[in-house]
Amino acid sequence: MSTLRAPPIAARDPAWAGRVLWWSAALVLLWPLAVATEFRPWVLFEPESLRVTARFVGSFFPPAIQGEFLALVARETWRTVAIATAGMTLALVLAVPLSLLSCSALSVSALAGDMARGPFWLRQLVRWLLVVLRSVPELVWALVFVRVVGLGPTAGVLAIALTYGGMLGKVYGEILESGELQPTQTLLRNGSGRVQALAYGLLPQNAAELMSYTVYRWECAIRSSAVLGFVGAGGLGQQMDNSMKMFNGAEVATMLLVFIALVALADRISGWLRRALG
Amino acid sequence: MQSAANKPYRLPPPLFNARCSACWFTAAVVALVVLSFWSLDLQWAAFLSLDAARSMGRFLAEFFPPDLSPAFVAKVARGTVETLAMSALGTAMAGVAGLALALPASRLWAEQRTPARAPTRLLLNALRAVPELVWAALLLIAAGLGPMAGTLALALHTTGVLGRLFAEALENAPPGPAQALRAHGVGTSRVFLYATLPQVLPQLLSYTLYRWENNIRAAAVLGVVGAGGLGQLLSYHMGLFHMGKTATILAAMLLLVALVDVLSLVTRRALTR
Amino acid sequence: MQIDLQGVSARHPAARASAAPAVQGLSLQVAAGEQLAVIGPSGAGKTTLLQLLACALRPSRGQVLLQGSDPWALPRRRLQALRGQLFLAPQTPPLPPRQRVVTAVLAGRLPAMSLWASLRSLFYPSDIPAAHDALDRFDLADKLFERVDRLSGGERQRVGLARAMLAPARLWLIDEPLSALDPTRSRQAVQALVTGARDQGITLVATLHQVDVALAHFPRIVGLRDGALAFDLPADQVSPERLARLYAQHEHELLGAPPAAEPPPAAAPAPVVMHCR
Repeated sequence: MSTLRAPPIAARDPAWAGRVLWWSAALVLLWPLAVATEFRPWVLFEPESLRVTARFVGSFFPPAIQGEFLALVARETWRTVAIATAGMTLALVLAVPLSLLSCSALSVSALAGDMARGPFWLRQLVRWLLVVLRSVPELVWALVFVRVVGLGPTAGVLAIALTYGGMLGKVYGEILESGELQPTQTLLRNGSGRVQALAYGLLPQNAAELMSYTVYRWECAIRSSAVLGFVGAGGLGQQMDNSMKMFNGAEVATMLLVFIALVALADRISGWLRRALG
Repeated sequence: MQSAANKPYRLPPPLFNARCSACWFTAAVVALVVLSFWSLDLQWAAFLSLDAARSMGRFLAEFFPPDLSPAFVAKVARGTVETLAMSALGTAMAGVAGLALALPASRLWAEQRTPARAPTRLLLNALRAVPELVWAALLLIAAGLGPMAGTLALALHTTGVLGRLFAEALENAPPGPAQALRAHGVGTSRVFLYATLPQVLPQLLSYTLYRWENNIRAAAVLGVVGAGGLGQLLSYHMGLFHMGKTATILAAMLLLVALVDVLSLVTRRALTR
Repeated sequence: MQIDLQGVSARHPAARASAAPAVQGLSLQVAAGEQLAVIGPSGAGKTTLLQLLACALRPSRGQVLLQGSDPWALPRRRLQALRGQLFLAPQTPPLPPRQRVVTAVLAGRLPAMSLWASLRSLFYPSDIPAAHDALDRFDLADKLFERVDRLSGGERQRVGLARAMLAPARLWLIDEPLSALDPTRSRQAVQALVTGARDQGITLVATLHQVDVALAHFPRIVGLRDGALAFDLPADQVSPERLARLYAQHEHELLGAPPAAEPPPAAAPAPVVMHCR
């Protein structure tokens, strides 16, 4: 067969040196990371720390189920959902125009070759604005707004509106540009206006995906609004913060369970809706 | 004689049809939105009035000029390194833990006996349902103030997310190579190592790196509850209304997030080459 | 390994309950060390027969006896040990795309390796000369450290066959080994398999579409049609009339190219990657 030209057997695995190098580099990198984060897991197991932890975790059982407290939790849960919904509505108000502005599928100047300079830079500007909006963590927005409008749900609604507006705007733009552009461009070529091309060309194609993403984001907004409560934006998060500061493990346990159930419920509803939308 | 221009069966459907589920869905959404706005007492007047606009303007003006004194910039740099380390270490730990938990949580072939699948999935769902900030607030009690609580909080939450994603990736891997080895009588762990893992490893690494992008944003703000990094600096100086210093910290946050986004994208591209 | 099939019927695992069984009432005896080729038109049940012999499919009726014992009556551990003694090469080479050829070939030896040795071999291949020899028989020695997805279809198929050389098996079950190979390579591959099996006294059962190759290299030919045995004869007694009857209504398969291997199942849709970011 190939006895005439049996190639010399490479007795060494050529990839070995490279692998050893990468693994050593990774391990060497691990040490400064641990130092920078003051990662000392043995601290968790010191007797004093264990005692405090045990007492706190012990106070979780039984979870608090007094009627008045449960009513408070129910009210705050509704508030969390309401903050998320209101925030998402405002986010839509922000995102829809911005995504349309940034979408190059509706560009008239691009129909005949390269986009003209002016429209191109306008679209880039809008895209950068959306990126900035979604890069700032919503907690930071919430901190700023709490200073401006005071404690309460307004800060949370505005924080969610800005961050999620940026997120939705960017993803809407991507969804609109990722489908088949030919129907829309044909409409534009035949002289229809941009809104008409949107309504008759882009939307029918992408409506299901847009709605599906929006529903999914609403579920994320519920989680966010619970987190924003920790800086004073109301809802379950604020109550949890209060209870934790008072080391009231029973109340924290109840609220955690309610929160997990809320997230699971929202997840179910969102999954069902997304499946129904196809 | 007065009659519709079209025969009845040619008329367009009425706007709201009691049998149409989409109509009910729209109605429910509108009701939810209206109820939300109505039940929250949002301070529209406080926000939208001219007075508020002026005070907002004044507030924004205090951000400039940002404090760029060398001593403070050095402090912010240390905070940035701490935040970056928190996110990197937390994500790495979660990658390992997530893979370890994904194995019992996945069914690799149809007749496999997986007694631990349901409880492990429950654990993973619980871990990911609780947001990182809440974990950090809880862990502060055990680990004390500082970045270790933040790292552990990120690791716990991300383990839930990655564990679930990894389990799904394992279950969706093409079955051919694993079936051939199983037909040859090779044990489960070795089938996993020689057939399934080589196929899905790039995907798992890609998920982990993508998750790092999220975790850097989370790490930046975990400090607000006391878990170290830029967040702790931010909440401290904002509480004292040092707006110039706050502006510097915010700029550092944005740069850090952009840096990690780029790093993650480049590494993911390099992996799937 | 000695094989004895007695009136075996089996249904394709994914088939509906009311569908006709893929193999019906099949009886076959193969002595240890024998070499036989299974031919027949597509849909005749050749792959199902190999899966039955590889203990990958339970017969719905009848009995499969390997070395005189019924594998399905054995306790699980013994069945696993028995599986280690046979080697099944599917039509689509079962190689993870990003794995290197050396590791993929050495994986054939896994039933004989301890757990620690197999783990060590992942990091550094434990027997490079053996892998090199196995690949050399199929003229692929220069691809030893290449990635599987950088090889052509024919090369991948030969790597799948090279695994057999390292497997600690007494029975080789090869499904369509030549479907992606050109005539020269086909001859080389078949010769490597037949010589390798003969030198070690391994029982070899191969399904082939290339009837001429089967008649030239295998002493015994089994013809299957519609799941039943059409004939079981020494190669020199297989006449063109028999072949014509076997492939009636499938003449193009007798004359020309074998049917392309089933396209690999479409990659499962990526899981919904939704994070809250």
